[in-house]
Amino acid sequence: MNFTLKIWRQKDAKSKGEFKTYKVENISADTSFLEMLDILNNDLIHKNEEPVAFDHDCREGICGMCSLHIDGLAHGPGQAATTCQIYMRKFKDGATITIEPWRSAAFPVIKDLVVDRSAYDKILQAGGYTSVRTGSVPDAHCMPVSQADAEESMDAAACIGCGACAATCKNGSAMLFVAARVSSLAKLPQGRVEGARRAKAMVAKMDALGFGNCTNTGACQSECPKSISIAHIARLNREFLAAKLED
Amino acid sequence: MSCFLTNSSLGKKVVMSVSGAFLVLFILFHMSMNITAIISPEGYNMICEFLGANWYALAGTLVLALGVLVHIIYALILTINNYKARGNQRYAVTAKEPGVSWASKNMLVLGFIVVVGMGLHLYNFWAKMQLVELLGQHTNALGLSPKDGASLIQATFSCWGYVVVYLLWFVALWFHLTHGVWSMFQSMGWANNTWYPRLKCLANIVATVIFLGFAVVVLCYALGFVTVAA
Repeated sequence: MNFTLKIWRQKDAKSKGEFKTYKVENISADTSFLEMLDILNNDLIHKNEEPVAFDHDCREGICGMCSLHIDGLAHGPGQAATTCQIYMRKFKDGATITIEPWRSAAFPVIKDLVVDRSAYDKILQAGGYTSVRTGSVPDAHCMPVSQADAEESMDAAACIGCGACAATCKNGSAMLFVAARVSSLAKLPQGRVEGARRAKAMVAKMDALGFGNCTNTGACQSECPKSISIAHIARLNREFLAAKLED
Repeated sequence: MSCFLTNSSLGKKVVMSVSGAFLVLFILFHMSMNITAIISPEGYNMICEFLGANWYALAGTLVLALGVLVHIIYALILTINNYKARGNQRYAVTAKEPGVSWASKNMLVLGFIVVVGMGLHLYNFWAKMQLVELLGQHTNALGLSPKDGASLIQATFSCWGYVVVYLLWFVALWFHLTHGVWSMFQSMGWANNTWYPRLKCLANIVATVIFLGFAVVVLCYALGFVTVAA
């Protein structure tokens, strides 16, 4: 398969970026999107040109490193998959594919397609943990947790912090990420005890970092590679309001 | 507690929800009152007389105006915040995410149309009814009594331009409510995966009832199904 790629190139955080067009040829349909970029970079290196910088790590859809806004969608076409799990058979032979970095005030571009997602780490540091003593394995086994609560907690814990939710949101809101973290801990007895403090601290950090306000479009859950539901956002709203009303 | 409604993103959404809920309740009340005009123009005029420039009607008008203002001001604050949060560089290519409604992404534009329509509506009716009474006059610009609401409806919708503009206004309100009503529950945290289909269904029902309730009065008067005895 052959493709024309329109890729955002930006030297560094301070430089002005622009789209550059590249051609890739003889790509197998079973090549992953990131492998296709590897092939392009190989060509560029052979031509003595600067390769395209993009984030990647596990390439198994579980680490949250890959990103990319491909043809107008976070993580490209198809739902519930990260960019590394997108294969070129998803695209038409001869297609022109536009590749952009995440666009959000809280995710500044570092170089080409790489953005700084440390804002999510800062939100986690503000409260996305438990600080109470929860004992060891036998203690955990003694705590009754219903199957439904465990399932819901694990569904939220599937968040890989890739940033697709804020990147796809027209408001640049990180609510799905924060909600997933708050929800996964709030549904388990070990996390429950610090629920109020956690919700308040994480929301305050999210606001301070310049993320936008959720307007319930649901674009985040549609683009989330882990299909995390906005029902967790409803839980975050409940947790936050209950905590604030207790103050 | 004291200021989370003004300084936190989630608190601001609570204000949007509560003011929105208040406006939906008002609209339902306004619609029920309007429907009286097609059942009995005389009965409708009795309501107009009851809700003239009395202290309770004025107090109600002020509270309502406050509700509208709060909803608009918070919408503008949230939109400006959100615009900034999006960053200076926008996506060159955008696509429609599956399952995302058009209304949910255009609430500000829809709200703007609703406000412009409200301005026209205040000029057409409020300025010729309550305002006339407040100024101590006995007839309005059309030479009608400010208490003769039924004749005012008939006079206004004898013009087809107004019929079309009002119907477009109701369509914008319909879209705004299809997202606004269920979104109100979500922002308050009263939603989950079991309730989303129910809440969205409720939002569609509320929006459609309001659309039909207002449109039927305009159409009945415009098509001459109701005539007011001179």
